[in-house]
Amino acid sequence: MKNELIKPKGLVKNANRRQFLKMGSLSVAAAGLIMVGCNDDIEDRGPKPGGEGVMLGSGDIGILNYAYALEQLEAAFYATVMQGSYFANASAEEKTIMGDLEKHERAHREFFKAALGNAAIADLEVDFSSIDFSSRTSVLMAAKTFEDLGVAAYNGAGQFIESVDYLLIAGKIVSVEARHAAAIRDLINPGTADFAGDDLIDANGLERTLNFTEVLTAASSFVTTPIDFSQLPS
Amino acid sequence: MNLLKLLDKMCPDTNSPEEKDLFFSRREAFRQFGDMSKKVAMAAVPLGILSALPKVAKADTASLIGVLNFALTLEHLEYRYYQMGIEAGVIDNADLAIFTKIRDHELAHVDFLKEVIANVLMGTPVPEPDFDFTAGGNFMPFSDYPTFLALSQAFEDTGVRAYKGQAGNVMENGVVLTAALAIHSVEARHASMVRRLRTKKGQDDVKGWITNASIGTLPAATQPIYAGEDNVTHGGVNVVNLTGIDAGAVAEGWDEPLSKEQVLGIASLFLA
Repeated sequence: MKNELIKPKGLVKNANRRQFLKMGSLSVAAAGLIMVGCNDDIEDRGPKPGGEGVMLGSGDIGILNYAYALEQLEAAFYATVMQGSYFANASAEEKTIMGDLEKHERAHREFFKAALGNAAIADLEVDFSSIDFSSRTSVLMAAKTFEDLGVAAYNGAGQFIESVDYLLIAGKIVSVEARHAAAIRDLINPGTADFAGDDLIDANGLERTLNFTEVLTAASSFVTTPIDFSQLPS
Repeated sequence: MNLLKLLDKMCPDTNSPEEKDLFFSRREAFRQFGDMSKKVAMAAVPLGILSALPKVAKADTASLIGVLNFALTLEHLEYRYYQMGIEAGVIDNADLAIFTKIRDHELAHVDFLKEVIANVLMGTPVPEPDFDFTAGGNFMPFSDYPTFLALSQAFEDTGVRAYKGQAGNVMENGVVLTAALAIHSVEARHASMVRRLRTKKGQDDVKGWITNASIGTLPAATQPIYAGEDNVTHGGVNVVNLTGIDAGAVAEGWDEPLSKEQVLGIASLFLA
């Protein structure tokens, strides 16, 4: 099936468009470019994105860039955490965890950048203004969002990866993201089943997956660079 | 997991308006059925439509059944282990919510895999083996809580590596791959939780992630479970050299696979 560039007609019709953008659901250039599977009632085609923003590309390169974008976001987040007063005053355990996560995500980011070489997207600009880096709750909730999102993103993208080598690399990383997510959730709700909560895991014991649109829509609350993912496989 | 969302990616292979209508109404029916069935085992609902997906036709069904039966064997082991632990009363009350949830997930995995093998792939699920969780009298997990926790960590970390090792063997079937990945990350969450729990209790100094190939304070017999976890080169890129980040942290950032033979070698210690 060929991907199409379409206008999010339903969104525009059902909500105030400016408010939708203000909520940060999608950055401006990306807002007109939601990629979906086929649908029977949406036919409008939006314009191609302008020069600003990044184009993830197609095939495995596109998926690696997708992962690279998410790892950029996570790495930038933990780097900022470590400069904030929550971290400065955190318990020894939480300092260790945040320090580890910063290193892991930075390593992931640099790995993808190197693996992609010339095909790598540019550095994304992030916007963490919605996060209070002096607040334990704010930082942990954001960390939970990023880690759970990362797991769901890798799990959702796996089926589109063509190279068995890239699939294995994604598999090596996603389980570490899941380890992170469980630890962060346990810091928030210690001693409970929330580390693998029913909000994520269904009656078959399967963790949720998210598609490219869902992940990048969620991520766009924290990224100001428009991301064109219209060429990703589906 | 949003298996049903795969439906949204399917397109009617026709230009006839009538056939398109039929397609979309069927798609909606599947979706509603799936929503309705959330509280019961619904594995067969989303997976039952696999015949409509082109990727399925390419897959070698016998090979898929083999991989899923391998996974089922491990899930049997995990489920029985936690069920026996809960029945034995070895688990601290404060940790019961954690292990009840883990037990529930393992049981769900057993049921899910049996359903897929039997009713989607039309194969025969392997029966549950007889287990010996003492490994020939060496461990007493159901009377000694630290031992119970240690073996729990060993099983969860093994599970993560086992699923990872099979990803490439099911990749021709996008839905089976997605399901396997969706179990894989749940096992990783379990592993992280149990590892940290052991350290919080002063039984070990492991973190939620695996540092180098360290077994921490686990019995020496668990060494094969962590062999190779110290790898820092991925896709030909040595990430330590690339980043200057210490090797321990880089090793933590990537979990490594195990082959089916390696996993069965580990599991065989616990077969009666």
